[in-house]
Amino acid sequence: MSIKIDGQQCTGCGKCREVCPGSLLYADQNGKTDIRYPKECWGCTSCVKECNARAIKYYLGADMGGQGSYLYTKQEGNLLHWMIVKPDGSEKKITTDKTQANAY
Amino acid sequence: MKLEVKNLETDILIIGGGTAGCFAAITIAENSEAQVIIAEKANIKRSGCLAAGVNALNAYIVKGQTPESYLNYVRNDAEGVVREDLVYSIAERLNAVTEKMETLGLVILKDEAGEYVSRGTRNIKINGENIKPLLAAAVDRNSNISVLNRVNIIDYIVEEGTVVGAYGFSLDQKIFYVISAKGVICTTGGAAGLYKPNNPGFSKHKMWYSPFNTGAGYAMGIRAGAEMTTFEMRFIALRCKDTIAPTGTIAQGIGAQQINSLGEEYEKNYGAPKTPNRMYSTVMENRKGKGPCYLQTVGITEGQEEDLYKAYLNMAPAQTLRWLENGKGPAAENVEIEGTEPYIVGGHTGSGYWVDTKRGTTILGLYAAGDVAGGSPQKYVTGCFAEGEIAAFSALAYIQGKKCSIPNEQVVQKKLGVVNKFLQNNTSGLYAASEVEEAMQKIMDDYAGGISSGYVFNAGKLEVAKRRINELLGISYQLKASDLHQLLFIHEVIDRLYVCITLIAHLEARQETRWHSFQENADYPQKDDENWLKFVNSRFSEGVVSIITRDLVKKDDRYEH
Repeated sequence: MSIKIDGQQCTGCGKCREVCPGSLLYADQNGKTDIRYPKECWGCTSCVKECNARAIKYYLGADMGGQGSYLYTKQEGNLLHWMIVKPDGSEKKITTDKTQANAY
Repeated sequence: MKLEVKNLETDILIIGGGTAGCFAAITIAENSEAQVIIAEKANIKRSGCLAAGVNALNAYIVKGQTPESYLNYVRNDAEGVVREDLVYSIAERLNAVTEKMETLGLVILKDEAGEYVSRGTRNIKINGENIKPLLAAAVDRNSNISVLNRVNIIDYIVEEGTVVGAYGFSLDQKIFYVISAKGVICTTGGAAGLYKPNNPGFSKHKMWYSPFNTGAGYAMGIRAGAEMTTFEMRFIALRCKDTIAPTGTIAQGIGAQQINSLGEEYEKNYGAPKTPNRMYSTVMENRKGKGPCYLQTVGITEGQEEDLYKAYLNMAPAQTLRWLENGKGPAAENVEIEGTEPYIVGGHTGSGYWVDTKRGTTILGLYAAGDVAGGSPQKYVTGCFAEGEIAAFSALAYIQGKKCSIPNEQVVQKKLGVVNKFLQNNTSGLYAASEVEEAMQKIMDDYAGGISSGYVFNAGKLEVAKRRINELLGISYQLKASDLHQLLFIHEVIDRLYVCITLIAHLEARQETRWHSFQENADYPQKDDENWLKFVNSRFSEGVVSIITRDLVKKDDRYEH
């Protein structure tokens, strides 16, 4: 369970670094975010949800059955679009609404 | 590298800005002029158990139920060993704290008449994805609360048997905090990572409970000589295989049954449907060669499947990613389930500080709430709010007329010296903190009833565990850190080792089996109400854990130490 950070996409805004419950995210020499101890990641997606630059890829470790897909999010008001990208590049979008309670 | 002292003073210090801690701070701010510091090792916006969100509120008095019926449920589920005074005082507050959360912005599902929609007899449906940011925003709106984010508290300051503050260090600057307070509330949560986890390799932190909850509050209390209770009642969660995502959403949400690989519903063969039995029955089916076990979801509708995808994104996104990545969702494939490694967590079982009815610990000046406080299982999120509120009012009453006590320079320098020693890099240590952690998890797994031993232990194995864990504690004081994060790792593993030492003593002490899997003593496989319908408590002093047994406490008793 972990994330990969794309240094090209990262704008260095630092919002993700603030919210990591494990304090695992740091700024590198260029002010871009880096994860220093990827195995320590809980997989909570707090950082992913802060990133509007599509710089953080959330993926399942191979030991958890990961097969190369990843997830990123796009915020749009009360809507949160969860984008799942498969290895062939195809995307699936699931949208959750902050104003709607879970059905279960 | 060396840390430098920075002194702070406040009326009430809250250690840990999670569920209970934030709610305690808000309660104090809204009911007094007292100054509060929250010391949080991450950032309160997403720290603690609720970082990813929560799927439902599991403790609420729904229509037709009462605080008494809630108490009955908790007592029954815990086989009688509960502090009724604590459980009842929480149950009385569950609905008021829920309404408070709604005013802070929590979305709760309502019916046409404006009533909350229940999920079962004690649960209500919410959108809990942003529950922690909502709490953090409420904290930020109060000017008399100061939040110290990314500050790791390591020990209490104790003067003449009274807690008068705490020591900690910053994760960003070379600062050693000496925080003096008139009263202290500990809300650090429980302990994960004591045992070898389900995914011991790359995904080692994909666990149920927050891996950043390392038992710091328990360990600080243990080192300070506070009385602890019921550590032997471990919590083992029944979860979705690999992702360790919740199963309750599926089981209660769509009514899925637990089945074995032959398609047989097995839970009913193992007695009443209590929390430990859902786990134990799954362990036993696997032992009989009838695994893997599943939640039977095949055949649910497309709409139900889509709702499950969303519900999981709001609390455990890995599960939705897993389904979509696989190309097979729960409608097409049953969801495999497994038990987690054992945790110590007072919001689910009874482990934690032994507190009085007011949530005062056995050390004057120190209060406890949430997962770190013992005696009252099944608190869940709302119970932690309720307990945070009770502790807040008790601490407010306690600090009246008190002054801050500033520890003398020698005492501070001695404590700082211990911390700075870890940072002296002129000699490099043989071991890393992560290696000590792995060794600890292996020992606990093998000898103190972890996953690979089917959660079962006996006195002979515990004896080995005790010896080896004490050896590791010796090694851990030789560890070296080259940065502040490594200094955090060292303190986390030391805290976990103290929790293990206490846990092993508790497992040894209860000579019966009261909660299958949670506490499965092979030397005493039966429940023994005649001798053990009571609490196992402990106190640590000069390297030795002493066991004390205590009687049950009734609902209307006011328990005082």
